[in-house]
Amino acid sequence: MSILVNKHTKVITQNMTGKTGMFHTKGGLEYGTQMVAGAVPGKGGTVVDFTLDNGSTVSVPVFNTVAEAKEATGANTSVIYVPPAFAADAIMEAVDAELDLVICITEGIPVLDMVKVKRYMEGKKTKLIGPNCPGIITPGECKIGIMPGYIHTPGKVGIVSRSGTLTYEAVHQTTTRGIGQSTAVGIGGDPVKGMEFIDVLKLFNEDPDTEAVIMIGEIGGTAEEEAAEWIAANMKKPVVGFIGGQTAPPGKRMGHAGAIISGGKGTAAEKIAKLEACGVRVAKTPAVIGETLVEVLKERGLLEKVMNK
Amino acid sequence: MNIHEYQGKEILKQYGVKVPEGRVAFTVDEAVEAAKELGTQVVVVKAQIHAGGRGKAGGVKVAKSLDEVRTYAQELLGKVLVTHQTGPEGKEVKRLLIEQGCDIKKEYYVGLVVDRSTGRVVMMASEEGGTEIEEVAARTPEKIFKEVIDPVTGLTPFQARKLAFAINIPNELVNKAVKFMMGLYQAFVEKDCSIAEINPLVVTGDGEVMALDAKLNFDSNALFRHPEIVALRDLDEEDEKEIEASKFDLSYIALDGNIGCMVNGAGLAMATMDIIKFYGGEPANFLDVGGGATEEKVTEAFKIILKDPKVKGIFVNIFGGIMRCDVIANGVVAAAKQVKLDRPLVVRLEGTNVDLGKKILSESGLNIVAADSMADGAEKIVALVQ
Repeated sequence: MSILVNKHTKVITQNMTGKTGMFHTKGGLEYGTQMVAGAVPGKGGTVVDFTLDNGSTVSVPVFNTVAEAKEATGANTSVIYVPPAFAADAIMEAVDAELDLVICITEGIPVLDMVKVKRYMEGKKTKLIGPNCPGIITPGECKIGIMPGYIHTPGKVGIVSRSGTLTYEAVHQTTTRGIGQSTAVGIGGDPVKGMEFIDVLKLFNEDPDTEAVIMIGEIGGTAEEEAAEWIAANMKKPVVGFIGGQTAPPGKRMGHAGAIISGGKGTAAEKIAKLEACGVRVAKTPAVIGETLVEVLKERGLLEKVMNK
Repeated sequence: MNIHEYQGKEILKQYGVKVPEGRVAFTVDEAVEAAKELGTQVVVVKAQIHAGGRGKAGGVKVAKSLDEVRTYAQELLGKVLVTHQTGPEGKEVKRLLIEQGCDIKKEYYVGLVVDRSTGRVVMMASEEGGTEIEEVAARTPEKIFKEVIDPVTGLTPFQARKLAFAINIPNELVNKAVKFMMGLYQAFVEKDCSIAEINPLVVTGDGEVMALDAKLNFDSNALFRHPEIVALRDLDEEDEKEIEASKFDLSYIALDGNIGCMVNGAGLAMATMDIIKFYGGEPANFLDVGGGATEEKVTEAFKIILKDPKVKGIFVNIFGGIMRCDVIANGVVAAAKQVKLDRPLVVRLEGTNVDLGKKILSESGLNIVAADSMADGAEKIVALVQ
C-alpha cells in the first residue's frame, strides 16, 4: 500500500515534448510508471517513441488538451513541466479535466498566479502537489517527477518534505539502513501551494502500510507548527522531523520563495521547539535523519516491522 | 525585489493612492532645487536606502528653510546609515527624497501580504502606526485587523470600510481611506507585489489620507512580466556577488563565514550551512546551483564563491536529482582549473551518475578531497580551514 499513487496510476505529461518533459517522461517509463500520454497544445495527433535502456520502445501519444488525453487513455494523474509563465494555466486545465492528482514540478510561478489557482480549485476534486517540487514516488510502483528512482526502496516509512534534495537525502539514509519507503512526497518550497504537510500526514495516518513518517520542513511560514499541532492531536504513528535553515539570516530568501524569515516569524528554532513539544523527534543535523528514525522506531518496538527482510 | 520609497510612491500615485508631493535628488544642489520647486514652508529630507528604521537612525530630517535643506542634504549624502535592518556595516546614502512637509494628525498602519495558510492576499490595518508592526503584533495583537481577500472580487469596499472603522479613521475621512486601500490593493496585484506596507498612513490637518512612507517588495518570480519594475532596480543596494549570481540564475546569499558552499537545491543548501555550523565551522554563503545547471553555471558559481576573500575552503555537496553528478564534476574540474584553485576543496556527490562524477574528479589531477557523506564532508572541510 501507499498513498496517492501506485502501480495503477496512469500519468499524462503536460508539455511532454519539451526538453525536461521528455527527459523525465523517459525516467518515469524506465521506472515502470504508466506514462500513458502527453498533453501539448498544437502537437495533438503525434506520437513520441521512447527508447528505454533495456532496448524496448514505448510509444506515447500526444493530445492537444488534458481532457482529450484523459478521455483517450483513462489517465487519472498529470505531471506538469510547463514554463512558469504558463504553469498556473496548465494546473487549472488539469483540474478542469477532473484528474485525481496533479503534480506541478515547475519552479518560479508567480505567487499571485498560485493564489488564483487555489481559488479555482475550491470545491473541485483534484489534489495538487507542488509547484516547485520534485514530485511523488511510491517505490517499486510509480515514480512521477524528477527524483532519482534508484535510491528508493519499497517499505513502510512515509516521507513528506518541502525540499527536493533534502528528501533524497532522507530517502537515501533510510534505504541504506534497510528501511524502505511507502511513498515519498515533495510538497514544494513555494509559499502558496497545493497539499500541505497536514494533508499528506492525514493520508499516511490512514495508510495501513505506513508505520512511521519523516517530515522535512524549512524556515518560513508556520506550516510546520500547524502540522505539529495536528500530529499531537491526531497522529497514531511516530513522526521524525528535520528543519533546514537553522543558520539562515532573517529577511533573506533562501532560494525557495517560501523560505524566508520575516518579522521574526518562521525561524527554525521556533519550529523545532514546537515539533519537539508535540512529540516529534527532530534530527539535530541533516546527516542523522535516518539515525533518528531508527532510534525512535527502536523505542517504539517498530524497527523489526519496518526493516526490509 | 526591493525598490526605494520614492519609487514606491510614484507607483502608488498611479493607482490613486495619495502621497506627499516629492522629488528625488542625487546631489545637494538637486536637493535644494527640489525644495524650491515644492515651495512649501517645511520640507522633509529623507535618505533613500533599502532598509527600514531610517528615522531612528537619523536618516529623516525636517527642514524649515532652503539653507537647512542644503545642510541636511550635505550631511546625509554619502553618510553610512546603520539601522536594525542594514546590519552593522550599514548602507551608504546615495539618493534623497525631498518631500513637502505635512500636518500629521494621526498615524496608522496598512499593509498587504500573501498569507500562506489561506493562500490569499490579506490586508492588515492598525491604529498603531509609525511603530514596527511586528512589535504591535507581539505586544497588542488585538490592535491588528485583517481582511482576507478573494482574488475573484478583489478587495471589496465593504472590507476596506470595515478596516477603516476598526482602526478609528475619523468618520468623515473613511471614504478617502477606502479609496486609498482599494488603490493599494490594485497596485499590489497589478504589479505582483509580495509585500506592500504603508507605515505610517497619516490623516492630515487638512483632511487628507496619505502614505507618508511606502515599502513595496516585488515577487521575483513575476518580474518577467514587469519590465517597468525591473527598471527600478538599484544595483548599489545589492551585494555585488549576488548580482553576479543572479545573471547566471544562481541563488547566492553572502554570509560572514569562511567556508564556501555549493549545493543543489535550496533545502539541502540551507541544511549544508547548518551542518557546517554544527561541526564548528562558519558558512561563507548560501548557494543553490539549482536543477538542470549547466557546466557553465557551475563554473560561474565557483568563480563567485572564490571572489569572497574570506573563503578559506569550499564544500561542494550535491545530491543529484535533475542534476547529474557528472555535470557537477565537469563543472568543478573546469572551474578549479580556470581559477587555479589554491584552497582546499571537499566534494560530496550522491545521486544520478555518481560513479561517473567521482571518476571525473579523481582523474582530474586536482587536489580534491572526496567525502562519503554529508557529515563526513562537513567535518573534513571544517578541519581543513582551521
